[in-house]
Amino acid sequence: MALDRRNFLKTIGVAGFTLLAGRNLASKTSGNSEIEFQGLLFDASRCIGCRSCESACAQAHNFPEPQDEMVAGVLRKTNETQRCVINIRNTEAGEVFSRNACMHCNEPACAAACLTQAMFKTKEGPVIWRADKCMGCRYCMVSCPFDIPKFEYHSANPKIQKCDMCYDRIIEGGIPACAEACGDALIFGTRRQLIAEARKRISENPEKYVDQIYGESTAGGTGYLSLSPIPFTELGYDAKIQNKSYPELSKGFLYSVPSVFVLLPPLLLGIYEANKNSQPKEEENE
Amino acid sequence: MSNLIVPITKDNEEKSTWQFLLHELKPKGEWFTVFNIISIPIILLGIVLIVIRFWKGIGSITNLTQEIPWGLWIGFDVVTGVAFAGGAYVLTFMVYILNMKKYHSIVRVTVLNGFLAYVFYAGALLLDLGRPWNVVNPIIGNNFGTSSVLFLVAWHFLLYMFAQLIEFSPAIAEWLGAKRARKILSGMTIAAVIFGITLSTLHQSGLGALYLMAKDKIHPLWYSEFIPILFLISSVFAGLSMVIFEGSISHKVFFDQISEKNHKAQNGILKGLSKICAGAMFAYFFMQLLVFIHGQQWALLGTPMGYWYLLEMFGFVLLPMMLFFYSYRTGNIFMIRFAAIITMLGVIINRLNVTVIGFRWDAPVHYYPSWMEIVVTLTVIFTEIWIFRWIITRMPVLGDSPEWVKEEK
Repeated sequence: MALDRRNFLKTIGVAGFTLLAGRNLASKTSGNSEIEFQGLLFDASRCIGCRSCESACAQAHNFPEPQDEMVAGVLRKTNETQRCVINIRNTEAGEVFSRNACMHCNEPACAAACLTQAMFKTKEGPVIWRADKCMGCRYCMVSCPFDIPKFEYHSANPKIQKCDMCYDRIIEGGIPACAEACGDALIFGTRRQLIAEARKRISENPEKYVDQIYGESTAGGTGYLSLSPIPFTELGYDAKIQNKSYPELSKGFLYSVPSVFVLLPPLLLGIYEANKNSQPKEEENE
Repeated sequence: MSNLIVPITKDNEEKSTWQFLLHELKPKGEWFTVFNIISIPIILLGIVLIVIRFWKGIGSITNLTQEIPWGLWIGFDVVTGVAFAGGAYVLTFMVYILNMKKYHSIVRVTVLNGFLAYVFYAGALLLDLGRPWNVVNPIIGNNFGTSSVLFLVAWHFLLYMFAQLIEFSPAIAEWLGAKRARKILSGMTIAAVIFGITLSTLHQSGLGALYLMAKDKIHPLWYSEFIPILFLISSVFAGLSMVIFEGSISHKVFFDQISEKNHKAQNGILKGLSKICAGAMFAYFFMQLLVFIHGQQWALLGTPMGYWYLLEMFGFVLLPMMLFFYSYRTGNIFMIRFAAIITMLGVIINRLNVTVIGFRWDAPVHYYPSWMEIVVTLTVIFTEIWIFRWIITRMPVLGDSPEWVKEEK
């Protein structure tokens, strides 16, 4: 294969561009403005704790039916065979149920962390995981503030397991298995509709809800939104989660990379040229 | 791996290149040394464990959990190992860019050390990858996760390994007697050095930047938006302490390789390095202090993690800094070595505090590495030392270059 000068330079140029310019592009969240992000709205005041969303999820993704008991005060977590969990809390307002699953952030930390774009924010809204791209580094797990991606530690061909909002159903015009199975606590729609619906519920029944939509601005906005009759921290939601998006935290560093790459080599070259012909420094003989 | 380099000109008239390489592959020296007796069984056990890991999954030999997905293999092997390999970029900067000829005699061994550290410790990353067959995805193919800090670090590791290989390649050419190749390769040194320093600046800090998104998971005394800068500054004295430590051992073990002149120069080099370490540690300590005041975490100092933080700052940064300063002033070589060891311990503690100990410090189930993770880590380190020794006893690394190199000049 002959590699002439022109091709060689072209290759170098492309490689250099990829290295310099490509790196600081923020993770692409929406490619097509005509399609809106879709999401789920969970209303804790309506959830009766039947866990049919859990079993519908297990059936839809070929997992074993969740068997473990739901006990008040014990926080069950999602794991590699269960992508959503319902937890029970005994509060002054009586029994309240919370539901934990992937938040489908607008700017997901997991997708920003992924160096192969295996974790991917689709233009439809769901954050999905793609087996053919993932190298199993688990940096998504380190970065996700909600600890959602789960890894199959006991497999020679391990996968990352997390809720994908039934992406395959959504692109065919369907709705997620959990929302289909649920009575009326969990609804599926575009994020904008869901926020409007949540606002309506709060304003119609102000005494029934805390005046907050969890996920509206949490972690920069999420696709999975929640309403609650009690403060969200009492419901077991992490109070430390910031309102800014998480990829924002490493943006400053990533933006400094091209400048360093452009400025440092000439500086080093300059210092080198300045010192090149100077007399060798006397060795200290002691 | 070095024998993959095919010499451009053959200088060994009596033997063909392959005969020469086969001859060189044979072990030299004694078999029953303390190091061999300890390392061989551990390496064999480690290989068995690695087979189990690929057969039964990562969970079969590690204690990693869903909350703590990165343990000893990343926190120690990769993050700490690469900090210790930082000596290569600092020394090449001093020798090639600042033209400090005094340190020229230790450049080769440091670059070799750095190169092997990257190959082995970044190579150890493959063991930690759940789906290592996809490791080429960020390098070739259309799957560039360009918004990822890890993408940057992965590329930089790869490119820096090439840069270091070029920096070291004249030694390989001298070993093979390839005169023309040596001339070409040493002509590339400055370019490789400048490229290498730039890459190092970015990925030493990049290793810290990896943890920026884990804001809520790292103990507030160790998390700040300045982690990348702190990692970069500490890699300077981490690397140089490793140079002092490794140089002191090499000078005993490979005594016969080193020329009279370089033996004499050794103490002067150590003193110079200890001065630089003291300076870098002062900058680091001051930076840590600013970060602490800026973070307003006074209340946390009274907790067990707070005591641990104070111990790290005073016992493993301030104390060795003063020891370096003192021993530089008094010329106490023993004290320099002692300070280097404390500094290295301090760097290990710091990196583990960010990546393992302080990571999810509040989790109900804590992570402790299993004995099998430790054996695999030791396997990686011992194998590296074996290769290091193999190269040292064959190539002109610690010793002087062959006569024909001087004649050519």
